[in-house]
Amino acid sequence: MTRIDLTGLGVRAAQVWGGIRLVPLVREEPVAGLRLRREVYDAPGLAVDGSGGDAVDVGDGTVLTSYVPHGFVADWSGSGREEAAYGTRLGDGPAAVVPVRAPHHRLAKRRRGERRLRFLPLHLALDGYLSLHFGGPTVLWEEWSRQALRRGLSPRAEAAYAGVDVPGLAEALRVFEVHPGQCGVLVYAADALAAAFVVPHPEDYRLLHPTLVEDLYGELVHQYAHYGAPVPEFTARIRDGAGGVRDLADLRAAAREQERRWAVAHDGLMARDLLETPYAFERAYRMGSFSLYRFLPPFLRDGREQHIGELITDRKGRTAYLKTFRLSDAQVRRGYLLRRLASCDWHPGRTAEALGVSGEELVRRIRSAGFGALLDAHGLARAARASREG
Amino acid sequence: MSELVAAEDVLLFVNAAVTATGQREFRSSAAEQRLSLAFLHAYVRVNYRPLYAACLALDINDHNAALVVEQLLRTPGEAGDGEGRLVAARLARMAPQRVYRLFRTLREAGVNNRRTRAIMREWLAARPDPALDAVKYRPGVKAALKHAHLPPADAETGDFLFAPGRRARYANRTLEAYRRAHFAEEALYELPFTAAEGFAARHGVDRAVFLERIAPRMTRLERLRSERAAGRAAGASDLAVMPLTRLALYVLALPFAERAARRAELTGALRAAARRAAGPYAGSWGRVAAVLDDSFSSSGSGVKRRRPLAVALGCHFLLEALAAPGAYAGLWTSGGTDPLLVRPYGPTPLGLRILDALDGRPERLVVVSDGWDNAPPGLAGEVLRVWRSRLDPERRTAAVHVNPVYDAGAFDVRRLGPSVPAVGIRDAEDLPALVEIAGFAEGRTGLTELRAYLDRRVADFLAGHEKGAGR
Repeated sequence: MTRIDLTGLGVRAAQVWGGIRLVPLVREEPVAGLRLRREVYDAPGLAVDGSGGDAVDVGDGTVLTSYVPHGFVADWSGSGREEAAYGTRLGDGPAAVVPVRAPHHRLAKRRRGERRLRFLPLHLALDGYLSLHFGGPTVLWEEWSRQALRRGLSPRAEAAYAGVDVPGLAEALRVFEVHPGQCGVLVYAADALAAAFVVPHPEDYRLLHPTLVEDLYGELVHQYAHYGAPVPEFTARIRDGAGGVRDLADLRAAAREQERRWAVAHDGLMARDLLETPYAFERAYRMGSFSLYRFLPPFLRDGREQHIGELITDRKGRTAYLKTFRLSDAQVRRGYLLRRLASCDWHPGRTAEALGVSGEELVRRIRSAGFGALLDAHGLARAARASREG
Repeated sequence: MSELVAAEDVLLFVNAAVTATGQREFRSSAAEQRLSLAFLHAYVRVNYRPLYAACLALDINDHNAALVVEQLLRTPGEAGDGEGRLVAARLARMAPQRVYRLFRTLREAGVNNRRTRAIMREWLAARPDPALDAVKYRPGVKAALKHAHLPPADAETGDFLFAPGRRARYANRTLEAYRRAHFAEEALYELPFTAAEGFAARHGVDRAVFLERIAPRMTRLERLRSERAAGRAAGASDLAVMPLTRLALYVLALPFAERAARRAELTGALRAAARRAAGPYAGSWGRVAAVLDDSFSSSGSGVKRRRPLAVALGCHFLLEALAAPGAYAGLWTSGGTDPLLVRPYGPTPLGLRILDALDGRPERLVVVSDGWDNAPPGLAGEVLRVWRSRLDPERRTAAVHVNPVYDAGAFDVRRLGPSVPAVGIRDAEDLPALVEIAGFAEGRTGLTELRAYLDRRVADFLAGHEKGAGR
C-alpha cells in the first residue's frame, strides 16, 4: 500500500472559526472490532518529596520533569467490556497506569495476554521521522567527522508547538459542533492542511475531540494560524435563474447538490496532497486483523504538502485510525537532504553532483539544516584543496 | 433614506437590548459582549434619544433597562419630554437588587443631578417595606440614601443603617429579628432568606433543618433552587405558576430519566404555561411550522446554561398553543421528535429543516436559532431567498427568525439572510410581541410607523404603571 484510503468516511460541511477550518469526516458504519480510548497518564507531579518516580531532582532546586498529556489504547478484543470512557481511570489508582517512561523505550506497548495496545499519539510517526537515516554516514569520507560515524545523528531533535499555543485552535475546537456519526476531522490553518485525525467509532471521537488541543503541530501551522487572516466560509449558493427551481423538490435537490459539490471540491482541492501523495509505509504492529503503520512522505521538494503520520488499517486497507503531522519546509528540506546523502552513500562529492550544486553549496546546506556537527573542518579544507588542484 | 437607516438602527438596538445580558455566550466572551453593548448604547442615545428612551417600554431585559436608565440620567442636558416618567415606570417594574445596583453605579459615576435625586426619592418612597430593604439590601439602601441626601423612611431604620449601636431594641419586627439573630438562633427564621443564611452559618445550623424552617420566608425562585439542591421535586403548585421560559430551563436541567418519569406532569405544566402566555392569541395563528435549534451551540455558556435551547423549547409549546388545534409542526435540527428529551448536540442543518417545514405549506414559519447555520453554511438563507423569490412571491407564508443570542461582533443578532426578518428574543413568552416588531424589520415600513408603534407601546406602558400605582 502506498496511499491513505479514506473509504467509508464522508466529508461534511466545514465549520470555520477565525483562521481555523475544521472539516468533519463521518462514517455511515463504525469500524467493527476496534475501539480507541484515551489513557490519562498520572501527572508526574512536581515530586518534591521524591516519591514521584518521573521527576528528577538535580539538587540545586531544579526539578526536571516530563509530561505526557495522554496516550491511546487500541482495543480489538471486541468484548465490549472495555467501554470507551475518558476519566474512568482517574479513581482507579496507579496500578492501571503505564509508567510514563515506558513509551520512550517502546513505541507501542502491549500488556502480556491482553488484546489491547497502548501507544502515544504521533509518537510512532515522529519517531519514524527523527530516526530517518539516524545512523549517519556509512562510510567515513574525509569530510565527515569521526563523531558522525560513531554516534550518527544523535542527538536529533525537532521543535513542535502544542495545540494550545496555536492561536485560535482551542476556541475553534470548543465551538465546533460534532456531527452524529463523526469519526474524524481535518484541521486547516489558513486553509493549509495542518492535521488529519480519524478514529474507528463515533463514541471514541466524541471523547477524543478535545485531545486535539493537546497534540503537536508543526511550526508552519503555528505561523499560519498566527499570521493568517480569518478564512471565509464557503456558503451555499443556489442557482435559481431561468426556471431552475420550479417547486420544492427542485429546491431540495439543489440543496443536496450543494453538499455533494462541497465534498468533491474538498477531496479534490483541499485534501489532495494528503490523499494522493505516495507514502512509504512501515508496519509497526499487527493486532488481529488490524495493522498499525507509520508512514513517511517522499520528501520531494515540489511545493506540495508533506505529512508524516501513523494509521491503523483493517484487512482491506481501509483507515480505522489516522493521525498526521504536517512537516514545515525546513523539516522537508532536512528529510530530503538526508535521503539524498544516503542514496549516494553519504559521499559529499557525488551527492553534490546528483543535486546539481557545487560542493560548497552542499556544505552550506548541511550546515543550515543543522547537521554542521557531522562535518570535519580539516577534511573539508583538504577536499576543497584537492578539488582546486585537481 | 435616512429614515430607513434610523428605523434599522433602532431595531438593531432593540434586538441587542432584548438578547444581550453582558454575560458570556457560546461564541463570545463577557468582555466582548459588554464592549459591543456599551458602544451600541452610546450610539443610539446620541443619535436617537427619544426612541432610545422609548425602548424602556418594550420587553428589553433588565440589564439593558438599567443601562438605558443610567445613560439617560448621566446626560440630563439632552433630556426630552416624559423621560422621567418612563424611567420611574421602568424602575418600578425592575427587581429591587438591580435598582440598588444601578443607584450604586450612578454614585460611583458621580451622577447626582436633580432628576436622579428625584427618581431615587420616589422609588425609595414607593418601596412597600423599608425595614425589609434595610435588612436585605443594606449596603444598597445606605448608598442610595447617602447619595441622594434623603432622610431614612423612619427614625428606627435610620438608626439601624447609620447608628447600629444606638438602640437596645427595635419596635419593628424585622429590624428586631436582625438584632436578635446575632445571638438567638430562633430569630433568624423571621429574616429574609439571604440575610438568614449568614446567621445560620454563624450558629452552625444544619443546612437541611435550616432550609426546612426558612421555607416560608423564601421567594419563589429561592424555594425552587433550594428544593432542587435538597434533592426534592418541586411542588406542583410552583410548576403551575412558573413562567414558560423559566419552566423550560427547569425541565432541561433535569436528568433524562426524571424527565421521562415525570413526562405527563412536565408536559402539562409546559402546556399550561404556554396557554397562559398565548392569552388572547391562542389558536389564532393558523397553520404554523417551527424550526427549532438544538445544536451544540444551543447549550449556551457556563453562565447562561442551555438558555437558547430553553427558549426553543418554550417557543415549541407556545407556538403549539398559538396555532390552530392540530395545525402545528415543530422540527428540531437534530431530527428528534420528543421535545421533552431534547439535548444540545450536533451541527445546525437549518436549511434542510426549513425545507422540511415548508413541505407542509404553513401560513407562518418561525425559526428559533442562534443563526449559525453550518451544515452547509448559508443554506437556510439561500433556501428562504429562493422560496421567497421563485416559489412564494405572493407571501402566503410569513417567515420570521427569532434569535436568542446577541452576536457581539455584528452589533445585532445573527441573521440567516436579507429575505427573512430576524428579531432578538429573551423569553419565549414575548414571541407574539416580537413577531409584531419583526414586521418592521422586513424593511418595508419606515420610521413613521415605527415611531407610532413605539408611542402606542409607551402609552400602554405608562397607563399600566399609573394603574398599578393607583391601586
